[in-house]
Amino acid sequence: MDYFAQQLINGLVLGSIYGLIAIGYTMVYGIVGMINFAHGDIFMIGGFIALITFLLLVSFGLTAVPVILLVVLLVSMAITALYGWTVERIAYRPLRHSFRLAPMLSAIGMSFVLSNFSQVAQGARVKPVPPIITGGYTLHEGASGFNVQLSNIQIIVVATTVVLLALFTWLVSRTRLGRDMRACEQDQTMAALLGVDVDRTISFTFVIGAALAAVAGMMYLLYYGLVDFFMGFVAGIKAFTAAVLGGIGSLPGAMLGGLLIGLIETFWSAYFSVEYKDVAAFSILIVVLIFLPTGLLGRPEVEKV
Amino acid sequence: MSEKILTVDRLSMRFGGIVAVNELSFAAERRRITALIGPNGAGKTTVFNCITGFYKPTSGAIRLTHDDGAAFALERLNDFRISKQAKVARTFQNIRLFPGMTALENLMVAQHNALMRASGLTFLGLIGAPSWREAEQRAIDLSTLWLKRVGLLERADEAAGNLPYGDQRRLEIARAMCTEPALLCLDEPAAGLNARESGALSELLLSIRGEHGTSILLIEHDMSVVMEISDHVVVMDYGVKIAEGTPQHVRDDPKVIAAYLGADEQEAITVMESGS
Amino acid sequence: MSAPLPAPSHTARTSGAAFILKKAAISALVALLLFSLMIGVRTEAGPEGNLIYWTRFGELASIVAIVFGGSIIIELLRQWIGPVGAERLVPAWLRNLMDFAGRWLAPAMLLFAFLVPVIFYDQRYILDLSILVLTYVMLGWGLNVVVGLAGLLDLGYVAFYAVGAYSYALLAQSGIPYPTFIAEAPFISVDFLQLGNWAFWVLLPVSGLLAALWGVLLGFPVLRLRGDYLAIVTLAFGEIIRLVLINWQSLTGGPNGVTGIPRPTFFGIPLTPADDGLAAKLGIEFSPTHRIVFLFYIILALALLTNWVTIRLRRLPIGRAWEALREDEVACRALGINITATKLTAFATGAMFGGFAGAFFATRQGFISPESFTFQESALVLAIVVLGGMGSQLGVVLAAVAMIGGFELFRGLDQYRMLVFGFAMVLLMIWRPRGLIGHRAPTVFLEKNQTISSDLVKEGHG
Repeated sequence: MDYFAQQLINGLVLGSIYGLIAIGYTMVYGIVGMINFAHGDIFMIGGFIALITFLLLVSFGLTAVPVILLVVLLVSMAITALYGWTVERIAYRPLRHSFRLAPMLSAIGMSFVLSNFSQVAQGARVKPVPPIITGGYTLHEGASGFNVQLSNIQIIVVATTVVLLALFTWLVSRTRLGRDMRACEQDQTMAALLGVDVDRTISFTFVIGAALAAVAGMMYLLYYGLVDFFMGFVAGIKAFTAAVLGGIGSLPGAMLGGLLIGLIETFWSAYFSVEYKDVAAFSILIVVLIFLPTGLLGRPEVEKV
Repeated sequence: MSEKILTVDRLSMRFGGIVAVNELSFAAERRRITALIGPNGAGKTTVFNCITGFYKPTSGAIRLTHDDGAAFALERLNDFRISKQAKVARTFQNIRLFPGMTALENLMVAQHNALMRASGLTFLGLIGAPSWREAEQRAIDLSTLWLKRVGLLERADEAAGNLPYGDQRRLEIARAMCTEPALLCLDEPAAGLNARESGALSELLLSIRGEHGTSILLIEHDMSVVMEISDHVVVMDYGVKIAEGTPQHVRDDPKVIAAYLGADEQEAITVMESGS
Repeated sequence: MSAPLPAPSHTARTSGAAFILKKAAISALVALLLFSLMIGVRTEAGPEGNLIYWTRFGELASIVAIVFGGSIIIELLRQWIGPVGAERLVPAWLRNLMDFAGRWLAPAMLLFAFLVPVIFYDQRYILDLSILVLTYVMLGWGLNVVVGLAGLLDLGYVAFYAVGAYSYALLAQSGIPYPTFIAEAPFISVDFLQLGNWAFWVLLPVSGLLAALWGVLLGFPVLRLRGDYLAIVTLAFGEIIRLVLINWQSLTGGPNGVTGIPRPTFFGIPLTPADDGLAAKLGIEFSPTHRIVFLFYIILALALLTNWVTIRLRRLPIGRAWEALREDEVACRALGINITATKLTAFATGAMFGGFAGAFFATRQGFISPESFTFQESALVLAIVVLGGMGSQLGVVLAAVAMIGGFELFRGLDQYRMLVFGFAMVLLMIWRPRGLIGHRAPTVFLEKNQTISSDLVKEGHG
């Protein structure tokens, strides 16, 4: 029972990270109807930026952990958002009215560019980072000596996710920008006719998605203590699975899907086999798309003939 | 042999909370032209989609009977089987040709099932068997026949996407006829056609009914076409049938006038009786 | 009484040195921000397992300068060529020349392909490179059936390549299982037919069939998905196959792969220096080049078979149904075409050719491992198909030569290879999303066989 509870905690933490990435996928799909294949690699870039910023701050002599975390968070969000903006401007905007395959191939190309860019720029080896935040709480002392533990990092990850989600929900539902985004999702032409700057709104969508992915990258770095240039590919597919599971186009769905995927992956590794955990995640994608294509919280689409 | 080729019995179609078609019943007679008319949003295309298998009806029955007595429950057949087995062909409101293929190729695709059989599921075709070559020639001949009928023979080798609008509409009808259907369903075939072109369309449809004995069911807004060629008219509004009968009968029905004008029936009667 | 119109200032602002400089400065600033950390600082795992770093401001400065300069050049080019693109640059006489050459290009290339081993007999490097190119041509032609003709977005084509390669490798080693009855025992036992010198020739069709079977199995549940969803599901399948190959060590040897894969024989006669070898039988001196030349002709024959089958199938109802499916799936349903069966046959046919190519790959290398079957391979083959102009056979050849040739130029600069490939894909989509060959040839005609411009041809939604 204690083992189960521990996996539950671990799964929810991992799921929060996936959820943050999934939001980017679902927002972009909702507004421009494309799967942003490069989004997973944006997450990876976010992790790298966080790593380098952290390294620089520490070497400058900064020791106050909350300050370090805050600065790393802001810097990685800002720069990664800029990456997201640049990718959209270079690779997607020129193709917005092109045929269906073009943005997808462009996105795949961009994904290769980003992952190989970080490989070239930072070397192919995995970059480890010493634990910045240590310690935690023992929630329950088990009979067989196995304790259910909640580490400080886990608390920070979940807390940051909750705060960001709240901020983000406020952004989408209360601000002018959020309204523009929702309008563009429904009908771009009409939104443009009503004075919405569609280009800028779409750019903002990518920027926000990238910022959230950056946070996920930083959380991943804190939680696992390493980054590598390939982590975007696998995490990207899992996060996309989460977005589809929750219902593509639905923001709470993305988070829900993320949590579910995190839980499934954790429980699968714990109780079945670790080697095949990625296979499990990919299989879920296939199963969901076959049996529940609109996801848990999505709206069913009727085909217009 | 019953005289009704298509019987729609209490057909209903619901999308979530919206009832698009509500307990609709009507019949189309064999070798006759039946028109389904009504204001926009009445549910006509939804009915078509139910008949041709693109939607699964929420309830009700649709029964198709061939000349030889073979009967089909269309509400239960899968979409391509409705065309293949029940021999129901259709055209679309927004023309759906194969734009990157020539007019001739479009008509050849329509004969896919016959050609697949003749090619021995492709294998005879791969080895170039004479029986396959003959079958292919027959298919080309049928396509040529229909291209001639719709006046597109000179443009047989042009890309369908390049054809002018009126030609595309006629090509779509020719393509549907190449499947040798028992029932031809046309969704607004006269949309976007000028007076001369609609006249030619009416002639074409009358000859299809007369020479080929194909029953026709059509949705149309162009009243001149409806009045000229229909044998029977069914009027819908808000998903229900509000009138049915010969074109003249329906034209003078106050309910129908009210529906099109957006007025209520009493107003329509008043207007009609006042003679204006 | 109308209000005065605002002066059209936008067009005036898009030219002129000030505008260009401003745009370049912004690009340079963005580049500076993007690369300040990723390029300016280089991290590495230090000797004690901690993280160390050093700065590279020099490289950062040069990159920013390149972006600044490049931005100016691109703006100048854009204003010079105009928004239409390079079409206007080609004068009429050159275009006529290209049309004329185009008609003779395919036969000329075919002749050249047959003569390559003769011309380059001594240059092992060229022979190996041409075998590689032909392998990708065959893969491109195979994927072309799925993506180019039927319009199904398949991002996991490498799965069938892998199935073909591993089926050949594993069955060649263990033999083909077949049931035998033992008089004493009441149940069936399985014996393994050893294939000896005939391994490749017997197992080549078997690999193709197994790959086709996988195509049907994988295709069946997912073929009603559209567009992007089908793409990502096929990607997931490809990755699953690769992960299973890595982890199912008892069957596939895991990351170590399968070694000792038998080489093809000249229809039963091995190509070895031994006395029963072909060289001895023909009375000529043995040379390892013999095998390479033989392999070359095998892959050439396989590729030409793929090509021939594809061309014939296009003229048969199934091929026309594939193209109709790509053009408009709804209309196909209305014409009585069984969409699922049509999609499955496209998938299975493409998979079969992928399987053949995989078996060839295994026998050429003598050794295979899961590393050869990554998503990058799928993306590369897809890029070849799209660059070629979907549905065009000649286009695939040109694209494969361009891509693989281009890759070879990056020998030694492997890391930059994929980076450039990614950029190339982006640029390709922006510049020429329809590929090199801009037209489609109709499969049947009454009078004139005129090609249809790509603008009219749909790309398919899966």
